[in-house]
Amino acid sequence: MSAVGTLKSWEAMMLALLVVIIAFNSVGSPYFLSVGNFVNLFQLSIEKSIVALTMALVIIGGEIDLSVASVMGLAACVMAWTFHAGVPMPAAILAALGAGILAGLNNAFWIARVGLPSLAVTLAGLIGYRGVARILLEDRAIGGFPDWFNTIGQQALIGPLTAAIAIFFVLFIFFAIVLHGSAFGRLVYVVGSNAQAARYSGVRVGLVKAALFVGSAFVAALAGILYAARLGSVRGDMAEGFELDVITAVLLGGVSIFGGKGNLVGVGLALLVILNLRNGMGLADITGNTQNYVIGGLLILSVLIPNMWQELTNKWRGRET
Amino acid sequence: MNWLKRRVRPEQIRELSLLVLILAAIVFFGSFIDNYYSFRTFNRIASSVAIITVVAVGQTLVVLTRNIDLSVGSIVGFTAYFVGTLIASHNGINPILAVAIAIALGAALGVVNGVIVAWGKVPAVVVTLGTLAIYRGVLVDLSGAKTVTTDSLPQWLIDLPLVNVAPIGSLDIRALFMLALVIVVAFQIGTTYLSFARRFYAIGSNPEAAQLIGLPIKSVVFLAFVICGALSGLAGFMLLARFGNITVEAGRGLELSVVAAVVVGGVNVFGGSGTVTGAMLGAVMIGTLEQSLFRLGISEFWLDAVLGLLILLAVASDAVILQRLRQLWGGAELKLLAKETDSVSSGQSASPP
Repeated sequence: MSAVGTLKSWEAMMLALLVVIIAFNSVGSPYFLSVGNFVNLFQLSIEKSIVALTMALVIIGGEIDLSVASVMGLAACVMAWTFHAGVPMPAAILAALGAGILAGLNNAFWIARVGLPSLAVTLAGLIGYRGVARILLEDRAIGGFPDWFNTIGQQALIGPLTAAIAIFFVLFIFFAIVLHGSAFGRLVYVVGSNAQAARYSGVRVGLVKAALFVGSAFVAALAGILYAARLGSVRGDMAEGFELDVITAVLLGGVSIFGGKGNLVGVGLALLVILNLRNGMGLADITGNTQNYVIGGLLILSVLIPNMWQELTNKWRGRET
Repeated sequence: MNWLKRRVRPEQIRELSLLVLILAAIVFFGSFIDNYYSFRTFNRIASSVAIITVVAVGQTLVVLTRNIDLSVGSIVGFTAYFVGTLIASHNGINPILAVAIAIALGAALGVVNGVIVAWGKVPAVVVTLGTLAIYRGVLVDLSGAKTVTTDSLPQWLIDLPLVNVAPIGSLDIRALFMLALVIVVAFQIGTTYLSFARRFYAIGSNPEAAQLIGLPIKSVVFLAFVICGALSGLAGFMLLARFGNITVEAGRGLELSVVAAVVVGGVNVFGGSGTVTGAMLGAVMIGTLEQSLFRLGISEFWLDAVLGLLILLAVASDAVILQRLRQLWGGAELKLLAKETDSVSSGQSASPP
């Protein structure tokens, strides 16, 4: 009961927080509850939200991928570089996705096959993939992409939604089904809670981990392309430092850093909490810097307060019996 | 050979394998770069790794206890900026007092991390990811985006990085590198011989067992974070001395370099094994690669890509070497065991009545 109980109470807590923030924001600003603001709020960090989905799977699987932001930058740079070299845009996009898959295969080889810790491998990836991106673009900024590409990133495609937001919702549903409704999803939890036990019961742990890292890098590459479409130009340092924001969102979503615990609903709620909080603070003229540390504080408190609450109720119960 | 194998464990000579890798890298680069084997190369590498090394020692203690401190970059920036501001406005301040303030400030930030991790039972990644943002955010807000500049600092501080504490021929041992070296030696001796400091290892390698034999797990984890904070504070002071100009961005991203040094240095990210010497060698390895690639004259844009690859190879070959050594040791132990039983049984049969 307790595991399910804590998970449920976590989502309840996030939901309550979200309601409070939305209520507060809508009282504070008349623009908050408009469709335009809702789309804006999503659009402003939609790439991080997309990457958070696969990051959640990787962390539930008991590993971590620090290289996602560099893979985003790498994919965008590969796309810009091949396009600049005269290759048609669709082929350039395919090349970028291919680069993402290669990066993922590289991570997967060292982690799943050689057995090195993912923290070390993806830290090397964080430095190395960013390096390859820099080799391609040096200190140039490449823009001038075809109009249809920029339109995808900047304009509403389906109703008021942009392509990136639509892709986010599709991927959210897809990964929710993968994680919570498929055999593979169960394997991710099993591997994340006890990889050794999983191996002894015949689970091909290496294959599960490899799939997670290739998937993570592929989705990161996709997010990098969408980011390029939104900005309209690409630079070597694009998306630098995004990994920490992504991991923050996932952990705020109740995913355990030790693996095996958490779900996508929690992560979705955490993303909404962060976006609404940032949006509300932005409307109230609070700087981005202050927003950063409010969210840092929220991350700590979201684990600290339930822990202390549990300790208190335990003490109280102990006295009663 | 066997007596050696009985006395030394593979884990104890993993630093040796890293040292071999560093020497191999030096020989490799030496054959491509003119005048590579010079004291200038040494000085450059030494001054570039000093700051990372000091933080890496603290990080090692934290990682040993199965935790991690991602907030070190923010602590370094925080202390560098505020101690810099303090010295800039009070130029006559006693140097030792200034260092003490830096260490105390860092330790205070470490206390916050330590209390929340140890007694709040919040995972270290969550806490320090949060404080990474909070410390930096507070710094940016309090500073009003002002900058500490070199010309506002007293002369002794500006001269400090160039002070030569141990001239051996034309080899300079600069003050900051010497300081890092002293800290590594002190902590290496401490963590090897003090029963108190062995607790870091005990808790990291088996928390349940540590709990059962009654080790004060919470206080030890707390202490690891405080020491890590204090050393980061000292590193903040070193950063101030080395660069003079300190913006609110100082030390941003340092946590990744430090974790890279610790990981390359063979400290197990799952706790319980690794040494501060290893962490220093990890920092030296990365520093050597960085400086050598730079000297090789390859474009600055290639630097990170090659560095990422080399870090990966260093970690991989370290793992392979350690595994081979373990196999070698395992084989030796079996042989030894077989020989002992042989001699025992033969001794029994041959013993005269």
